[in-house]
Parts: sequence; structure tokens; C-alpha cells
Amino acid sequence: MGLRTPLHDVHTAAGARMVDFGGWDMPVNYGSQIEEHHAVRRDAGMFDVSHMCVVDLRGERVRDYLRRLLANDVAKLVQPGKALYSCMLREDGGVIDDLIVYYLDDRWYRVVVNAGTRDKDLEWMRAQSGAYGVSVEPRFDLAMIAVQGPNARLKASGLLEPAFAARALELGHFFGAASDHWFVARTGYTGEDGWEIMLPATEAPAFWARLHAAGVAHCGLGARDTLRLEAGMNLYGSDMDETTSPLESGLGWTIAWDPHDRDFIGRGALAEQKARGVARKLVGLVLADRGVLRSHQKVVVPSVGEGEVTSGTFSPTLERSIALARVPSQTADRCEVEIRGRLLNAAVVRPPFVRHGKPAIAL
Amino acid sequence: MSNVPADLRFLKSHEWARLESDGTVTVGISDHAQQALGDLVFVEAPEAGRRVVAGESCAVVESVKAASDVYSPVSGEVVAGNADLGGQPELINQDPYGAGWIMRIRPEDKAQFAALLDAKAYEAALAAETH
Repeated sequence: MGLRTPLHDVHTAAGARMVDFGGWDMPVNYGSQIEEHHAVRRDAGMFDVSHMCVVDLRGERVRDYLRRLLANDVAKLVQPGKALYSCMLREDGGVIDDLIVYYLDDRWYRVVVNAGTRDKDLEWMRAQSGAYGVSVEPRFDLAMIAVQGPNARLKASGLLEPAFAARALELGHFFGAASDHWFVARTGYTGEDGWEIMLPATEAPAFWARLHAAGVAHCGLGARDTLRLEAGMNLYGSDMDETTSPLESGLGWTIAWDPHDRDFIGRGALAEQKARGVARKLVGLVLADRGVLRSHQKVVVPSVGEGEVTSGTFSPTLERSIALARVPSQTADRCEVEIRGRLLNAAVVRPPFVRHGKPAIAL
Repeated sequence: MSNVPADLRFLKSHEWARLESDGTVTVGISDHAQQALGDLVFVEAPEAGRRVVAGESCAVVESVKAASDVYSPVSGEVVAGNADLGGQPELINQDPYGAGWIMRIRPEDKAQFAALLDAKAYEAALAAETH
């Protein structure tokens, strides 16, 4: 039996198909994954993401600590509540994890890290924290529910205490606001508008039930994966890991090179890789032929070289198969993918594939 | 719970087979299999005229989640593949024992069909799989 979120019994009672996900017993769907996907693109859906780990970082020098720990620069965060997406790197530039960090006040930042990497992340964050006198506190008392879709904020806001709802509705993209032990952020992993809501674990089942009654569809990790892939968002462990750098993972935009004297962990290795020339890049693929792209399929780029699909699926919005793939840097706009011994044609595109419910690429 | 019609025969790998009045055998995947795969998005059914051997992988069904081979329960010649599945793979989810059939085979050896699992034996195999 795997780890269970505070919503586990709610999922099984709703008839969810449960699967193991990084040691957690999680709902993959409650019936049709494609219907759950469309609910998020067209209306409102919710995901139990309580397996992800909320970590509070506190101390007088927490800002300096994070400017060393992360490849993106928290100095960009000047307004309380503002969030930033970043990689946390090894000295050699490999990605330990990707995360979101929220600036709450000068002595308090909050990060949300992946479930499967939680233990190594905490160990790494603690190992770096001593010199800065920063406390690293995982919030195992909190659950997290993502409500996503064009109508998600409206439907969820009616369930919040009115003054807090008003503040939450005013949040700009990538901003969060706290009220007691509740925290609402206008973030997500679907390419749609919405909130990620952290709340006391004890209150999660009742809040989930109220969301459902308000017309927010329950959605499993299956739909979460097709939504994030359509949105062109990386999945840690599939699209990047400790053996790949952000430069090879479509995440160059998350590296803050300026100011040039900020010595974040991994900077030296990334600078060297950049100077040498990055041999591989992460791109989007759209399969022209019929079939479904899957991770680890071989990509062949005629007269250039070979690569590999890192995440692949059928896109319910585009009704085509799409993928992220790591390919030689010289790859242009076409490639072939080997599926069951046959080479099928694919177009190389720049993700996202879908944004706010609409195709973001030419088909 | 999944539906296991009493009049069909099955393979442990979750294909079903039905002996038609004209002597051909219709093949699909079971309700249990379509539930486990989730929403189907792509089906590659064999073309008429192909000779298949019992136990041979002769079709592929792909869901959002995974690809799965479909094995032939009997040896013989494929007389039809279900062309409707090309545009509507979800027929397998909606009606696995009806409109979601995958192929029809003219068997070479009737004894092969008789040796397949009956509904009771398949139910027992499903029960053993989930425990």
C-alpha cells in the first residue's frame, strides 16, 4: 500500500481508478480521462495534488539562501505573494527538481516541490541551509487542490470566506495570497487559468465535496498529464532529471544569468556547457501519421542524428499525438519516430501545443 | 465490476471470441481490458486476407495511457477488420462486445475455439489477477 493523501477515501468512494505514482496511491481517472481533460479546457476541473510537498523556508537570510540554491533569481520577486518557477541544480548542472517559490515576506518564502523527489529535495535544501541559518519546514499538515479551467476561479471563489475570495479573485498570474492556514495561488499545470489551493489537510475532504457540488469536475493524474503536455510543461523525471541540464530541457528561460556575480549552484557548469555549445535540445513533436507517441521511442533526424521521446501522448484537444523529445540541436522542422518497428513522420514544433483551450501550433 | 458475457470465450490476455453462425470467429477485447486501458485513441486492426496463428499479435489498441497487443485466439484467415474503429476507437470503450469488435477470422481448426476459456474460467482468472 502506498502513501495516501487526505483525500484518498474521497477518491475511492467516487470510484476512482487508483495507481501508484512515485510511491503515492493516486487517482488516475474517475471514469473517462478524456472527459476530465475537456472539463478543464472548457469549464472547471480539480486535482488532488496533496502528494506534492509544500516547504516553508524562514530566516533572516532566506533570500540570500535562495539566490544560491536556485537557478532562477528570487530577487525578481519584489511584491509579496509573487511566485517564480525555477530549477534546483546540482553543481554539475543536473536538475535535482523543478519547483515554484513564493515570496511571502522578507523572512519567509514557500516552495512547492514534486512528490517523487521530496526526500532528496529536503535533504539537499537542508544541506545548503546551515550557512544561512534558514529553517526548512515541510508542511505535512497541508493538502493541495488545483482547480483549473476557464470557470474554475469563479466556481471556487464562492466557497471561500468572502473577504478572502475578493483578495483571491484580484490575484494576478503567478501571485498567491494567504489567510490563516489557507493559501490560494493563481498558478497551475494545465495551461488554463485557475488556482492552486493549499489548505489544512483536515478541511480538504469537505472542501473537495463543496467544489464538486459547485460543478467542478474531479480529474485524475491521467488528465493532468495530457493537459500539462498540451501546455508544453515539463514533467520532472521524464523530460529532465539529474543527468540533463536546463539548457538541454527547454528550460533555458528559467536561468537568471544576470546579475553576473550571483553564484547559484550549477552556474559554473551551465556557463561551461553554454560556451561549449549545447548538443541537445528539448522540442515538441506532432505526429503526422496515425499512432501514439510514447516516452522512450527513438527519434530519427535524417542526416543529423538520433534522439528520444521524453513524454508522449494523444492530445484530446488537437486529436493528434504530441510529444516532447530530446533531439540533436541541429534538428530543424521534421523528424521520424520509430513506433513498433516503423518510422513515422512528425513535425518539430515549439511548445506549447495548446493555450487557454485553443491550438497554439499550426496543424 | 466488469461485464463477462456467458456466451463468449476468452483468452487470459483479455481477448474475447464469439463463434458466429457462419462459422467465423469474431474477436475483441473484454470489458475488463477496456476499463484497464482507459479511453482508446488508436486501433490498428488487421486487413482481410491476412493469415494469423493462434497466440500471434495481430492488432494493436492504444489508449491515452498505453499501447497493448491483441492476440488472436485462433489460427485462420482474417475475413474482416473493423474499419469503424479507425475513426471511432472509443467504440471499444462504449460497446466492447458489440460495435467495438476488432476482427473476424475464419478458423482452420474448430478445436482451438472449444479450448478457449469459458466465461466462468475467465472470471476466475480476473479474480486471481486482482488478488
